[in-house]
Amino acid sequence: MASSPRLRLGLFQSLIAGLILMGASLQPAFADNLQDAEQLLRQKQPQQALEKVDAFLAQRPRDPQGRFFRGLILTELNRTPEATAVFQKLTEDYPELPEPYNNLAVLYAQQKQYDKAKTALEMAIRTHPSYAVAHENLGDIYARMATQAYDRALQLDSSNAGAQSKLNLIREMVGNTPKNGVKPAASTALAAASVAAAAPAAVPAAPRPATPATPAPPPVAPKVTEAAKPAAPAVPATPPAAQPVAAPVGKPVADAPATGGDAASAAADIQRTVDAWAAAWARKDVKAYLAHYAGDFEVPGGKPRSAWEGERRARIDKPGTIEVRVDNIRIRADGEDRANVTFQQYYRAPGLKSSAPKTLQLVRRDGRWLIARERVGG
Amino acid sequence: MKAARFFPGRTFARILRNALCLSSLLVPLAIGSGQSGDAVRYSDSGPEPMLEQVFRQIERNRLDLALDQVDALLHIWPNFRLGHLIRGDLLLARASALTTIGNAPNAPAERLADLRDEAVARIRAYRDKPPVDRVPRYLLQLPADQRHAVVVDTRRSRLYLYENVDGRPRFVADYYVSHGRLGSEKMREGDKKTPLGVYQVTGFLPPARLTSFYGAGALPINYPNAWDRKQGRNGHGIWLHGTPSDTFSRPPRASDGCVVLANPDFLALNNSLNGESVPVIISDSVEWLTLDDWQAERAEFNRALEQWRRDWESRDVERYLANYSPQFSAGGKDFTAFARQKRDVSASRQWIKVDIRKLSTFRNPGRDPLVVVTFEQDYRSDSLTSVMRKQQYWQKENGRWRIVFEGEA
Repeated sequence: MASSPRLRLGLFQSLIAGLILMGASLQPAFADNLQDAEQLLRQKQPQQALEKVDAFLAQRPRDPQGRFFRGLILTELNRTPEATAVFQKLTEDYPELPEPYNNLAVLYAQQKQYDKAKTALEMAIRTHPSYAVAHENLGDIYARMATQAYDRALQLDSSNAGAQSKLNLIREMVGNTPKNGVKPAASTALAAASVAAAAPAAVPAAPRPATPATPAPPPVAPKVTEAAKPAAPAVPATPPAAQPVAAPVGKPVADAPATGGDAASAAADIQRTVDAWAAAWARKDVKAYLAHYAGDFEVPGGKPRSAWEGERRARIDKPGTIEVRVDNIRIRADGEDRANVTFQQYYRAPGLKSSAPKTLQLVRRDGRWLIARERVGG
Repeated sequence: MKAARFFPGRTFARILRNALCLSSLLVPLAIGSGQSGDAVRYSDSGPEPMLEQVFRQIERNRLDLALDQVDALLHIWPNFRLGHLIRGDLLLARASALTTIGNAPNAPAERLADLRDEAVARIRAYRDKPPVDRVPRYLLQLPADQRHAVVVDTRRSRLYLYENVDGRPRFVADYYVSHGRLGSEKMREGDKKTPLGVYQVTGFLPPARLTSFYGAGALPINYPNAWDRKQGRNGHGIWLHGTPSDTFSRPPRASDGCVVLANPDFLALNNSLNGESVPVIISDSVEWLTLDDWQAERAEFNRALEQWRRDWESRDVERYLANYSPQFSAGGKDFTAFARQKRDVSASRQWIKVDIRKLSTFRNPGRDPLVVVTFEQDYRSDSLTSVMRKQQYWQKENGRWRIVFEGEA
């Protein structure tokens, strides 16, 4: 099954970091209760946390953050029907928020109601097409539904077999501001962290998180998570971004000739190179696109170059148009033949939309600028 | 590790084609392609039409529609295991890459192979239907009172029901069937093979008299028949029967020798037969003839039969015996003993009159040209009169049909 080694998220690890930040932005009187609740939940006292959050909600009964958190606590308490009701109601009151849909789906999935889970995730994705966690969870749901189907086909009982991966519960609501109620803190970009920390995928989450996401493998004390690890938000997903892999390729591309010269002309060359790269990507010219990568292009995943190229090709070849826009290019020279280029990359493909900072490390070979390293996130 | 990654349907289609060898289906089989047929009307009561749609959608790269289609199919036949397998693949294709058909990690290879075989059998039968304007070679002559005939093709895992319209077989319905685990051409008790030959249904066993294993009921056939026994074949209890309730159908090769139908198909068949003792011709590869060829084969054989009847009436015992093969044997007599007896009695007859009524003629499946005739024989002579049901096996030897076996039917 495709879904094996991933996301085993205890409820706690990731709750935390974001909540602290979130709490900070709330009005003190109410925030205290919510903050306390969060503290208590972290200390594995969900019952007490529930009392606090209830106190908070007594003051602000419609507050989406409070209700969302209450849903989380109830989930933790295994009070599934109540938790389901909370998230369900949130989806009704705030249909534009993807997180309640996602968590509703997780609860449905726990009860093996995969069709309902699927529908909820599709709603989450509809509200927020680039919602990585929901995409990932949806993939998981499909895998589980597949397992069920296989069991029926082959008269197996896989219910206990193998690692049934756990779905990602979203800990916080991000970004979207509910129509009424407390505005969630701007910096709570931490969605569910993934055990699959090794996943090279970095997600272009809209607000750049001040919060370091911590893909902590097994349940780990939450405090550690606040360590200043300026990683990209560790939401596992399929970002449009390349997941670079290295291996040689040497086909120079015709449309980005660099002629060397002084710094200014180098900068112009680099700009042209980036533009040509983005253009090749957008017009789905895989060959030209791949030709922008240096022969020794760095492979973070340790995969062979061919595998990476295959992956890129498959993704770019998918039906539908791709839109790539590069904004706010900043070039930092690093010697004569090296440069770091940072820009905001807007990407849009069927079913996926993202905006993320991207850094390309370029090297000049034979007068041509090539990508030696590619990184998504700040 | 990835979010829902919609795997290109093309990839799935390729895997599907490879795994099921579906590409080979694009080549029409020797019997001709049903697709060429204008107005090919067959009973599409089973899951094949929908299954076909599923595969078409996969080939068109429309996995979403394929999944809808398979869901609809499973709504009608919730126990259709093959449907669940394909559904599993279509779902998994959304989460990760497929490597084969049936990507269940803990799947027993044998069961998986069984389901793949079933897929191939069903799709092949559907895509390559026998043309409407052809008839199975075996049904040379159906008697007027015989309303139906059944032809089973073990290689295609298919049972065909024909109706008798003025002596000419007309297609009614076809159904997926399973046969012996170890194939066909049964010889011995317990060899888990399905017999090949011309048989007759001998009765009906309702579910109440059977274990649930037989599903909707059973229609026993008369294996081993006289010819089988003459060939030294043994075994017993070969039935057409239904399926246990935990599954819609069984793999193509699954039984101990019986021919197994899905319960709805068994019921449909049994309803059509309505208690009729129907001939069942089991072949490992049915041949279909054009009407012209079929007529020619019929006429040729009928001439031989008529020759035998007239030669008998002629009281010229040598002419009569020329209709019998040197390999003839029946009732413990070989040709020599048989000939001696005939020569002894024939001299005493003043006249002989032979009538043949209710003739049925079936070609026996197999490589050797062999025809089974059954008829009511009305024999009269100056010293003896008898009416009997007779069965003969005729074999073509050096271009001439000769009797190799005969006996009371």
